[in-house]
Amino acid sequence: MGVSEVYGRSDYAIIGELIEPGTRVLDLGCGEGLLLAWLKENKQVNARGVELVGASVQKAIARGVSVYQGNLESALEDYPDGAFDYVILSQTLQETRNPLKVLQSMLRIGRHAIVAFPNFGHWSVRWAHLWTGGAPKTELFPHEWYDSPNIHFLTVFDFESLAQKQRWKIERSMFLARGRQVKMLPNVTAEVAVFLFSASA
Amino acid sequence: MITEVATVTFDELELDCGVTLAPVDCAYETYGTLNAAKSNAILVTHAFSGDAHAAGEGGWWSNMIGPGKGFDTDQYFVICANVLGGCKGSTGPGSVNPATGCPWSMAFPVITVTDMVRLQKKLIDHMGIRRLLAVAGGSMGGMQALEWAVAYPDHVLAVLPIATTARHSAQQIAFNEVGRQAIMADPDWNSGNYYDRRPPARGLAVARMVGHITYMSDESMREKFGRRLRSSDEFEVESYLKYRGYKFVDRFDANSYIYITRAMDAYDLTQHGSLPSLFENIATRFLVISFTSDWLYPSYQSLEIVSALRSRNCDVAYVNLAAVYGHDSFLVEVKEQTEIVRGFLASTFREGAVGG
Repeated sequence: MGVSEVYGRSDYAIIGELIEPGTRVLDLGCGEGLLLAWLKENKQVNARGVELVGASVQKAIARGVSVYQGNLESALEDYPDGAFDYVILSQTLQETRNPLKVLQSMLRIGRHAIVAFPNFGHWSVRWAHLWTGGAPKTELFPHEWYDSPNIHFLTVFDFESLAQKQRWKIERSMFLARGRQVKMLPNVTAEVAVFLFSASA
Repeated sequence: MITEVATVTFDELELDCGVTLAPVDCAYETYGTLNAAKSNAILVTHAFSGDAHAAGEGGWWSNMIGPGKGFDTDQYFVICANVLGGCKGSTGPGSVNPATGCPWSMAFPVITVTDMVRLQKKLIDHMGIRRLLAVAGGSMGGMQALEWAVAYPDHVLAVLPIATTARHSAQQIAFNEVGRQAIMADPDWNSGNYYDRRPPARGLAVARMVGHITYMSDESMREKFGRRLRSSDEFEVESYLKYRGYKFVDRFDANSYIYITRAMDAYDLTQHGSLPSLFENIATRFLVISFTSDWLYPSYQSLEIVSALRSRNCDVAYVNLAAVYGHDSFLVEVKEQTEIVRGFLASTFREGAVGG
């Protein structure tokens, strides 16, 4: 799934709908800050971002978004508890070294967390694996196994199980295929899953 | 852009060392127009050997300040003042001590970066500006920007500390000390009393040569000079350093060199508390920039500031720009800095106007 699609209008609309106006938002792996700039403009949020790629950070800062150049996994440690209303991790969870720790840190520094990730349970992935017998290569996961940035693969089902185990409260979940919402059998039909969740306690 | 240096004389300035300096001159230049609300003023703070002439012909940051540039003088009112202790119009060791009628020389009181900023605050007050849109500077100018955020958080909306540090490392102090020793080893220095005779040109030139090496990078020196020869017995790089060294003598005072480098070395933002505790409840926005090839002010020093800011959830943007020119990058890397600075200032100005 390309960056343009991830940051396409359907994704804006979903995250835009989830986020209350005037809140404090941190976007992890924020790229060129398009989403944050959009939220700033349309939701008057206090927008912050973390991004590793210098050229993207430059673009984001030029857009007026306060972005910190650094690795998101180590960056999370510096922020104080409850610093944000929302911490967003869009299309990056599967690239993190320690996803559980990342998710837990998101809930430490944010009242709510929002994750969007490509669903490894999508039928096309299952089919590609079954049919070829190789590591699945699809539109959703276009990389060869040896050059993929994705190091932890997860499905809608996996995330929901983890949330239950960790006693997180899933406040909203939304599923996308071809830029549209799907409701039926999301573990099979969703290309991208978006979860809004919080620590239950 | 035609610019002219102005000077304002204040009755007195209290220094960190306990001495009250009276009177005190502050030389400055301004570019652009102050708006009616006085909300578009930016103070640009110069590095150790800079002066008030920041923009226009021969200005030290003329590529960044001007109409349509990073600090756009069509929109903003840019101020730059020569620092306290300097030799370009503001009071320094070369100024006349009113008590003796002779130059202060080494009797000039010890000054600090905080004192420099205190004088700048007087200038801003004098101009009737309650709150600056931004304070921006590289190297020692960055130290002043940091000091503004901590000393006068209600009087500055945003600060841009570039290629700087909250405190000098042993390596930074060491290079400054070599410069000072070179000056003092020159017999013409004469314990600082040379204003009526030949100045310590050889010592000051050597100090500057060392400085120039630290401002460049291995890569930029290789690109610029390599092993090329100037003449049969002189490398290009030797000739360049000598040229820069002796050119510096014409425009800089050796005692100012000593006083200002001592102020930089002594500066330690953390002397009154840890960095995170200093940034508690600071609403000022930060744009911190470092450069990958800057080994004199390495990026870890900027990151130390940025981490502390983030630990207090301050509004900070940080980028480590890829650049080959070493510490000089902040003066040379115009294109990328322009884009970032312009966007950062525009959003600060826009939101500051809303937030009042």
